[in-house]
Amino acid sequence: MLTTAVVFNALELGFIYALVAMALFLSFRVLNVADMTTDGAFVLGCAMSATAAVAGHPILGLPMAMLAGAAAGFITAALQTRFGVPSILAGIITNTGLYTVNLAVMGFSSNVPMLKTTTIFTMLRDVMGEKAPYKLVLCAGVTTVVCALLILFLGTRLGLSIRATGDNPDMVRASSINTAFTITVGLCVSNSMTALSGAVLAQYQKSADINLGTGMVVIGLASLIIGESLFGRGGLWRKAVAAVIGSVIYRFIIAIALRANVPSECLKLISACIVALAIAAPTIKANYDFKRRRASAMKGGKGHA
Amino acid sequence: MLDLKNVGKTFNPGTVNEKVALQNVSLHLEAGDFATIVGSNGAGKSTLFNAIAGSFLPDTGTIVLDGRDITLLPDFKRSKTIGRMFQDPLKGTAPNMTIEENLALAFLRASRQTSPFSRISKADRALFAERLAQLGLGLENRMKQPVGLLSGGQRQALTLLMATLVTPKLLLLDEHTAALDPATADKVLELTRQIVSENHITCLMITHNMHDALTLGNRTLMMDSGRIVLDVGGEERAHMTVDGLLDRFAQNAGHALDNDRILLSKQE
Repeated sequence: MLTTAVVFNALELGFIYALVAMALFLSFRVLNVADMTTDGAFVLGCAMSATAAVAGHPILGLPMAMLAGAAAGFITAALQTRFGVPSILAGIITNTGLYTVNLAVMGFSSNVPMLKTTTIFTMLRDVMGEKAPYKLVLCAGVTTVVCALLILFLGTRLGLSIRATGDNPDMVRASSINTAFTITVGLCVSNSMTALSGAVLAQYQKSADINLGTGMVVIGLASLIIGESLFGRGGLWRKAVAAVIGSVIYRFIIAIALRANVPSECLKLISACIVALAIAAPTIKANYDFKRRRASAMKGGKGHA
Repeated sequence: MLDLKNVGKTFNPGTVNEKVALQNVSLHLEAGDFATIVGSNGAGKSTLFNAIAGSFLPDTGTIVLDGRDITLLPDFKRSKTIGRMFQDPLKGTAPNMTIEENLALAFLRASRQTSPFSRISKADRALFAERLAQLGLGLENRMKQPVGLLSGGQRQALTLLMATLVTPKLLLLDEHTAALDPATADKVLELTRQIVSENHITCLMITHNMHDALTLGNRTLMMDSGRIVLDVGGEERAHMTVDGLLDRFAQNAGHALDNDRILLSKQE
């Protein structure tokens, strides 16, 4: 059922989207902020990378995408920390504005084809040769490096401050740390990872499209939750690695679904259901336990209620 | 050390919920003063702490700490020199981070020069272990464990250590033992006394225990309706009984103290 090509494809995509899962790990889990900038920042990364590659600078496209993503994160963070916009709304506002920005970056066209363009992938192919698994090496390499840097970063004083901001903001202010600053740094870093994911994806599939980011935040969360529920118990590094593994597993689930002739139009609905169920699971379980207790109490016939 | 001049605060001014929380509060603490504060609910004790710590901007007055006017300074900047503890043991520590990481955050107040990208060093760890050992709770052997695994008393002791790891100019204790069981409360209070006196920390402590209010520290303040109505120290305090204190309060405030918890604790 799964041919080698399909397995490689799922691994490659899994590693690319793992950057989004790690970004959401940082914003959603560590900082405890639901960052809706994700969709727009992803496309921004795609657009920057594609435009740079078409202009002949495929490698430069990656840091440019990260900078642009950080800028988008900065705007969301500024809206919520300096101007009192609720955090979810701040992300949605930035995301809406980014649609125009992304079109502008792509020269006011809804897609950028790169069929004959030199990309980081073709450059590595020329080095490693046609037969080598150069795509997988590149995708896995970028994600591994970013994952290692993220884990190292979260162990630094600044990283500790960011983690504490999500864990107990009162205590952070009492430790002379400015939460506005830590939230800003956290969102800049997470959105630069999201943009990097988009940047690698654009060069991987040789095109950038304005709609690529739709639902990205849900897909990232699905990956994050899958990883957490399977491997996420333990230290910080384990949780970060779990996000990567979750993303790869998610891509395998999608690959199998496509093989089983699930129409690709249905995938977003499936992702949405996975995320809704996973996040609702503890509440559903609590309600179920309560109802069972109540039912058994009623059967007792004493009618305490 | 601490100088409050005519500090006033009214919440929700001009609405039906208007509440005068602080009325022209003036207070002077010498370096090394340890004052306890008692008063009924809503007397303005915690509001006073919030004003000093910078949780809000007072409507009137100035706050000077160690010669520096901090009235307009944001809370996170004040916390560089002001340590604070709350009644709720969950408020002072980050549960998903390890003991060592929590201490490293508290230690940030001292290390303004170090790079934000530096990590917890061996020297830091040794210092943390040494200070943890002084608590006598065995926490020095559990430094890699998340704080969420500790009991309320252990967390409060850790918070006390974090608030004083870098000696603050002022320590604010807001009924920090009230949520603990009596034995643990005694232990944490004893640690407080020890740390405060060893480091000569200027300290304000809110309590509902009249006995503690008279025996701990060197001054007793009583608050009512946003004012400090009584301030006793020295000889007068040394000879004062709980009943004497309550009488003086009734004289100055114009009514008897009506805090059940305080009156109940009187009979202990």
